[in-house]
Amino acid sequence: MPPAALRRRLLATGRRQRNRTLWFWVFVGPFAAGLALFTYVPLGWSVVLSFFDAHNTVTPRDFTGLGNYRRILSDPEFRSSLTTFAVFSAIIVPATFALSLALALAVNRLRWAQAFFRSVFFLPTACSYVVAALVWKMSIFNGVRFGLANTVLGWFGAEPVAWLATTHPPWYWLVIGTVRLWLQTGFYMILFLAGLQRIPVGLYEAAALDGARPGWQTFRYITFPALRATSVAVALLLVINAFQAFDEFFNLLSDARGYPPYARPPLVYLYYTALGQGQDLGLGSAGAVVLALVIAVVTVVQARWSGLGRREE
Amino acid sequence: MPITRRRLLAAGGGLALAGATAAACGSNTGRAGGGSGGGLSHWYHQYGEAGTEQAVRRYAAAYKKTRVSVQWRPGNYDQQTAAALLSGSGPDVFEVNGPTLDQILGGQVVDLTDLLKDVKDDFQQAVLAPKTHGGRIWGIPQTVDTQLLYYRRSLLDKAGVRPPRSLDELVDAARRLTDRRTKGLFLGNDGGAGVLGATPLYAAGLSPVTADGTVGFDDPAAARTLAKIRRLYEDKSLLLGAPADWSDPSAFVQGLTAMQWSGLWALPQITKALGDDVGVLPFPADGPAGKPAVPVGAYAAAVSARSGRKEEAKEYVRWLWVEQTGFQQDFALSYGLHLPARTSLARKADRLRQGPAAEASRFAAEHGHADPLLWTVASKVAYQDALSRIIKDGADPEGQLKAVVRTTEAELARVRKRS
Repeated sequence: MPPAALRRRLLATGRRQRNRTLWFWVFVGPFAAGLALFTYVPLGWSVVLSFFDAHNTVTPRDFTGLGNYRRILSDPEFRSSLTTFAVFSAIIVPATFALSLALALAVNRLRWAQAFFRSVFFLPTACSYVVAALVWKMSIFNGVRFGLANTVLGWFGAEPVAWLATTHPPWYWLVIGTVRLWLQTGFYMILFLAGLQRIPVGLYEAAALDGARPGWQTFRYITFPALRATSVAVALLLVINAFQAFDEFFNLLSDARGYPPYARPPLVYLYYTALGQGQDLGLGSAGAVVLALVIAVVTVVQARWSGLGRREE
Repeated sequence: MPITRRRLLAAGGGLALAGATAAACGSNTGRAGGGSGGGLSHWYHQYGEAGTEQAVRRYAAAYKKTRVSVQWRPGNYDQQTAAALLSGSGPDVFEVNGPTLDQILGGQVVDLTDLLKDVKDDFQQAVLAPKTHGGRIWGIPQTVDTQLLYYRRSLLDKAGVRPPRSLDELVDAARRLTDRRTKGLFLGNDGGAGVLGATPLYAAGLSPVTADGTVGFDDPAAARTLAKIRRLYEDKSLLLGAPADWSDPSAFVQGLTAMQWSGLWALPQITKALGDDVGVLPFPADGPAGKPAVPVGAYAAAVSARSGRKEEAKEYVRWLWVEQTGFQQDFALSYGLHLPARTSLARKADRLRQGPAAEASRFAAEHGHADPLLWTVASKVAYQDALSRIIKDGADPEGQLKAVVRTTEAELARVRKRS
């Protein structure tokens, strides 16, 4: 190729490269700027604020060093909120996992109306947590004799139960657990369905030829191991979602005067500390940093334990 | 002209830019007139009574010196105002269930002392005291809200129970009035932890914080009284899990409970449904040093220190909540029922001269108590949590109160340092 043509070609390639870079920033730039402005700057500001006494102000004034961290970690209410999360997580993660997998297996086997049942189980995902929590609180699990659950109990001669106010036994967990199960199971069912549909049919045929019985044996040795990647992702998402629980707790248990000391997850605790009338933004920021670290550690440990991202052998 | 991909993207980008510009120009910042020579912005929380919103808009429209735009804000109003006060985009004037001591110490509200220069003594002193710090007044009480024990006369007569005059009698009456269809008493869906607050302490002759700024409930009498509230729960005399909470009289009107703790604002709805079959009482006294207790409180009009129009805002507050006595009377008495903040107006009010309203008015004057300013949010939350554990979990009242005493002492030391 003559040198002039080569130079023209190189110039054209350089121009195309520059154009590509320009268009990359045109499309990505606004979102990156938004992310930086509305997520990373407040995050950084929150970390700074956590080292200051900041009552009713977001302007750091009195430096307290690790004072807010000492206060938050020695506060029994904050520690109890982490326990609440642990209890909630222990209930909701396995329950959602098992139920969504069972639904996916059931729907996957259907020979007719599969799309209908898939939609029926998925539809609650579209409902707002706030609305669902209010339906559960006002209609199904209210504590008077004409609430739906109490009406059913009444048919068997049982006394009405104050579902959300009874701590011994802690019936409020039933209300909190069922509303979240109803809301999120459909979503995870879809993930499992996608996983199930990726398992080659030939695998089952080969297993059948080798004498594997359909049912539990096939599920135990073929289906479940083949769903490993989906299962790990679902478990991880469930734990992170459990940590972020706020809406249903707040709407089921709070009233105009506050929130009971039981079943107070970390985000509700931080909401009242930093954004409630207390407006202790330094302490709230320290709590947010601690919570973020806890989530990060749990996620990393869980990911390593379950082998997330490890190359399939 | 053919539409190429590049042309389409350019057109889309142009439209988006134009849209963003238009949105930025016309966005609702919460301030009247978009901050360019507009009037004052005045925030109210959403009242339950019909007609209140129209009334406050009418008052604002009647102010001729400057345009006042009213924002009627449903939802968590206290959180909304607390967040708005941190930025310059909040209201000029706002009503507040306070202001809190931290809002005052944080310089978030404007000193309004001079607005009440000549009429301070005409305001109910029990509700003016928590608006006062360092001898300065930080909020102008709008109306006085009070809470009472409502009871159904016919149900008490049928059960042979007399209206309770002591806490022991209340516990006994609630138990005897409870049957399969009706509970004896409704103190809110949390069993009373939230709404009662410090009222049982006052009933025991104590207070959350004393006048000289020390803890007022480090006393065995406090634990004894709170144990009796637990008794109500243990006896299954309390209505729990009602569709509407204590502030709404639905449970009482529908016959789910024979007695209910609620606000005076509910009286018109109750008398409309039950006629004369209703009586009111203060929270009954407990123990030898005890006395009947009636909580009183007031939403106040405050001026944001971030307002760019502080003097105009103060002038408007003076006009509405000090000078316009007709509007104040209308606001207190025409929608639901509240006590006018000015004693001279309360004395003139026909609606407060007979029946349960007259009794409520008398109880508020004789036994009224308001939460002291030094009873900070952190102390209140710690106490409320303790009360909830005592009532529902049967936790030891003495141990629970000791922890609250420690929190309150730490809070008092903190605010003393800031003052």
